[in-house]
Amino acid sequence: MADLLFFVFATVAIGSAIGVVVARNPVGSLMSMVATLAAVAGIFVLLEAHFLAAVQVIVYAGAIMVLFLFVIMLLNLGHDYERDMKGGVWSVMAFATTGGLAGLLVRQLGRSADSPTFLTGDGGDAIDAALAEYGAVGAIARPLFTDYVVPFELVGILLLVAIVGAIVLAKKDV
Amino acid sequence: MEAISGLPALLSSSAKVVAVFSGVLVVVAYTTLAERRVSAFIQDRIGPNRVGPFGLLQPIADGIKSILKEETSPAAASRTFFILGPILAMVPAMVTFAVIPFAAPLPTPWGVVDMIIADVPIGILYILAFSSLGVYGIVLGGWASNNKYAFLGALRASAQMVSYEVALGLSLITVLMLAGNVTLTEMVWQQQQLDLWFALPLSLAFLLFVVSSFAETNRLPFDMPEAESELVTGYHTEYSAMKFSMFFIAEYSHMLTASALMATLFLGGWDIPFATWDDAFWYEGVLIRGFGPDGAPLAASPAWWKTLFTFGVFALKTGFFLLFFIWVRWTLPRFRYDQVMQLGWKVMLPTALAYIMVMAASMLILDQVGLPYGFAYGLALTGVSLVCTVLFIFYLDDDRIIKGAGARRAVSNPVPTGGGD
Repeated sequence: MADLLFFVFATVAIGSAIGVVVARNPVGSLMSMVATLAAVAGIFVLLEAHFLAAVQVIVYAGAIMVLFLFVIMLLNLGHDYERDMKGGVWSVMAFATTGGLAGLLVRQLGRSADSPTFLTGDGGDAIDAALAEYGAVGAIARPLFTDYVVPFELVGILLLVAIVGAIVLAKKDV
Repeated sequence: MEAISGLPALLSSSAKVVAVFSGVLVVVAYTTLAERRVSAFIQDRIGPNRVGPFGLLQPIADGIKSILKEETSPAAASRTFFILGPILAMVPAMVTFAVIPFAAPLPTPWGVVDMIIADVPIGILYILAFSSLGVYGIVLGGWASNNKYAFLGALRASAQMVSYEVALGLSLITVLMLAGNVTLTEMVWQQQQLDLWFALPLSLAFLLFVVSSFAETNRLPFDMPEAESELVTGYHTEYSAMKFSMFFIAEYSHMLTASALMATLFLGGWDIPFATWDDAFWYEGVLIRGFGPDGAPLAASPAWWKTLFTFGVFALKTGFFLLFFIWVRWTLPRFRYDQVMQLGWKVMLPTALAYIMVMAASMLILDQVGLPYGFAYGLALTGVSLVCTVLFIFYLDDDRIIKGAGARRAVSNPVPTGGGD
């Protein structure tokens, strides 16, 4: 059952990821991306990472993509989207970049086959124990606020800096 | 008594899905009737009373009408998204009900059945996730219509729903802190343990949650996306027949979910007030109703009449909030768009943040003092919250309704030469 569901989610994720690239209309590409994010959240649920799945949908699909949609709808209002597409040199560069990234991914996957990972090694039991003891949220929150509290706070400051920067940039036009 | 498992569990789950889904649809249909009857009552009219006794068959007549009506589709609309809009609006609104517990566990010959469709470990986050997807239906519908008014409605919807989601989420954090858990079954249990509904120890969170719920469901005074006096009818201007009805069903099922959620989070869910015989909770595989003085779990004995009673209480609490939604709609005028944004970002957000700090500090102090989690703990938090709530209301009111003694004197003895007010 779980295997079958995995293939359903994986097919949707890959199919809609292709949709993001090939869609002619930016809103179509955005909705495909939302579908990809939702399908990946489904895979997270199959991996027992319920909290991650929820956060993926709340933060990415529910907030960030809505802002994207907001911007896409306002920019290019009534324009012909086809004219914005770049051809020739740009598509070669895009292919090269994607190919390079895919190569890195394949290399990393091949390497991790013989080292302990999240799914195959000891990591699985430790995670199950943490889930059983602290629940879906506590299992993430505990390490985040104990072992990794300094990096966590640093990321918080980084985000604050980004927000302040965005406001400073926006203020110029107002 | 054992929890249900195996094939009977599968069958009982399917039965629950069918029952809850049809229940939600029926309640939604009759909420539309209630809306029309209550609005008529408030405006001193009679309202729909021709179809069936007291107009009780009106929703069925409405349903048949919207299916049989001609469907128009604007020539300049983008077809796919125009059809996708109502679907995306309706689905998230309907599936969120799955994680809300609606009665005490029901004993059957095959084992005890929990009265909740899916007790997922992330509980409330599941609801937040799906309700955050609800905005796509409205935004896509408005954009795809290719109509100025619909598009403006869609833009307002996206801005408003994203803004108030922040306040909604932050007001929930205090609830999570007090309950120490995110699943809704656990929250009902914590309120039974505390002998106090969270509406009292977390009164300000309750207030913020209710206000943001109105904004999230796009109900007056926050119905910016529709605003019929400014935008025709906003995002669903171009929709007709059943597609229009689907937006309607989405709005009312959103209302129903929000009401059930408020009842569960702040009014104890299916808990019957001033009674402990109905309490039931799974504790290490056994159904218990609490802990004895020595800390040993006391076994609960589920019964079908307890399930029935608790369901009735849950329905009453949810119905109260539904009526409240309707009453507010026909009482308050609509906000201006900039006022909505101002309230969301400059009032609700900072208040929610400050309240989290205050409650976290009070809980920390109470824990340090060594007060056990119970009635006294709840009362102490109620005191702190009451002060916060009174201050907040006083600030919001800004001397308009509640005046200080000095202000009242100034009004009753106006200065003769002062110009204006």
